[in-house]
Amino acid sequence: MGISLYEKVFNRHVVRKDEGTYLLYIDRHLVHEVTSPQAFEGIRISNRNIWRKNSIIAVPDHNVPTTDRTVKIKDPISRIQVETLDKNCEEFNLLQFKMDDRRQGIVHVVGPEQGSTLPGMTIVCGDSHTSTHGAFGAIAMGIGTSEVEHVFATQCLIVNKFKTMRVVVNGDLQYGVTAKDVALEVIGKIGTAGGTGHAIEFTGTTIQSLSMEGRMTLCNMAIEAGSRVGLIGVDNKTIDYIQDKPLAPKGDLWEKAKKDWLGLVSDEDAKFDSEIKIDGSLIEPQVTWGTSPEMVVSITSKVPNPADFSDKTLSSSYQIALKYMNLKPETPINKIAIDKVFIGSCTNSRIEDLRAAASIVGTKKIAKNIKLALVVPGSGLVKLQAESEGLDKIFKNAGFEWREPGCSMCLAMNADKLGPGERCASTSNRNFEGRQGQGGRTHLVSPQMAAAAAIYGKFVDIRELN
Amino acid sequence: MDPVNIHKGIVIPLDRANVDTDAIIPKQFLKSIKKSGFGPNLFDEWRYLDHGEPGQDNSKRRINPDFVLNIPRYKNGSILIARENFGCGSSREHAPWALLDFGIKIVIASSFADIFYGNCFKNGILPIILDKATMDKIFTKVEAKVGYEITVNLQKQKIYYDSEITSFEVDSFKKSCLLDGLDDIGLTLKNKVDIENFEKKYHESFPWLNSGEKLK
Repeated sequence: MGISLYEKVFNRHVVRKDEGTYLLYIDRHLVHEVTSPQAFEGIRISNRNIWRKNSIIAVPDHNVPTTDRTVKIKDPISRIQVETLDKNCEEFNLLQFKMDDRRQGIVHVVGPEQGSTLPGMTIVCGDSHTSTHGAFGAIAMGIGTSEVEHVFATQCLIVNKFKTMRVVVNGDLQYGVTAKDVALEVIGKIGTAGGTGHAIEFTGTTIQSLSMEGRMTLCNMAIEAGSRVGLIGVDNKTIDYIQDKPLAPKGDLWEKAKKDWLGLVSDEDAKFDSEIKIDGSLIEPQVTWGTSPEMVVSITSKVPNPADFSDKTLSSSYQIALKYMNLKPETPINKIAIDKVFIGSCTNSRIEDLRAAASIVGTKKIAKNIKLALVVPGSGLVKLQAESEGLDKIFKNAGFEWREPGCSMCLAMNADKLGPGERCASTSNRNFEGRQGQGGRTHLVSPQMAAAAAIYGKFVDIRELN
Repeated sequence: MDPVNIHKGIVIPLDRANVDTDAIIPKQFLKSIKKSGFGPNLFDEWRYLDHGEPGQDNSKRRINPDFVLNIPRYKNGSILIARENFGCGSSREHAPWALLDFGIKIVIASSFADIFYGNCFKNGILPIILDKATMDKIFTKVEAKVGYEITVNLQKQKIYYDSEITSFEVDSFKKSCLLDGLDDIGLTLKNKVDIENFEKKYHESFPWLNSGEKLK
């Protein structure tokens, strides 16, 4: 019997098997300022060492301002956290892209961009969206701060093996339908706990046709389906993306690596614990209406009516969500007007996302009812690339603000946030209550849908703009 | 970490599904570089009617009288019960830190998100999964009686409420860590030689994963 990609990568990393648990070796550890200070402190207190320093790449992203970087961070508590990362990286001699480094950016954009994310790796970070890196045929997962400390000290994690789920998406995506819409469709179908305890492998012709950046968007959202790990088999697109990246192997090692990596796919007769099939050609642009990513419908639909659901917990969740979102049951999605637009986050801030959004904007201007439209590139290098293509001008001419890289209004830890009651079209990954600012209302969409919402002041079906 | 074994406490019913870690501890409090002091801001946006910021005097804030933590009969509760997919969302360990700092020792729900579930065990909180019907029963009992208490015995993997007994499942390694209050880094480092041997062979087999790492 064949084995799945997840098992292939997993098996390579088993240091030892104990009763029910595995000690798993970790290749790459990404570190940011929010979930690491207590782990560094733990290492100091227990007088331990960091096991393999060159497995670590650190970058501040959650707290950093997206405005002028030449001035210090205004919020003193945020500043201390970012400075603490600087101090820790200096003390332990770790590679860090500081706030003023053009390679700085969102940790899940920076990793692949630098070629530090490679097929067959185990990759961890104290951030749930680490699943992003699974797009490269790696096991990548978010961990808590205790586990960050554990990896610092031992280069290993104590884990249970996940069950496996295969999500097969076949067919050509319609014009204007993106990896983000595929992700939201999957989450809508299986729910935010649908993948709990599982590693999800995405396969099928739709997935094959996605670019590496699209695949990252999809794997990024695996955690929103409850799965810590999302992954996609290696193909020539994976190899082409990695080639010549700063940290990618070179010369003879590159040739050997390539040969190995192309084998990192599930065997044809691999068994999965569960399987979901989706017809990619039927997926429409998605818009979330509630306070959980599973509360999602297509642009042609209406907000659901809680009265239509017999399950008490579900019906009550829907009622609470509609109240928070200030939406009436059965409101058509394309009648929902918005106040702010956010294009960015580890889900959708890469160059292809910005190109796609800019292509919708063109020479148009943002609608009068839009109070703020932000474009926050995923990294300094994405920003430079976008500027070299003139995308910044397209956005600025339309009335968007063009900012410095970071997590920004995805979680609103810095100054970029929604005010109470403000409604936002956002390319980020979570529409939880208060996620983008207390009382703020988030609708998750693709970059194209967000750009169109900025232009029209409400959600529109971008397929009709074709 | 304090060991956990037998615990008796007042039950706090949080009758919601998909309680996410942003709700458990909002982002502005994640700026702390410490592990303690998060308790007063546990469920901040539900618990208070005004906006909270780190360093604020929480005793002067406007309390939401309808939120379960503010209802007098649940005061001093140490067992939180909730619906499915508790702790979904971000990996922030600040969520269990906030629960623990508030005084919660046990969380019972019909399911948990993976990362939160694991984070609990690292901090001396026992997360227990019970089926939906049993959860419904406990919710009803808690509602019916002021100061309703239950007892949890981790060693025996049993919950005692009124005259009823329910069993629960828990991974044997996680259980032993909680029972003994073990530091799992110390445990792993007992296998130091295994890790060193593995690492050497691993890098010989996959040398490209360790190449070009010096970027500085």
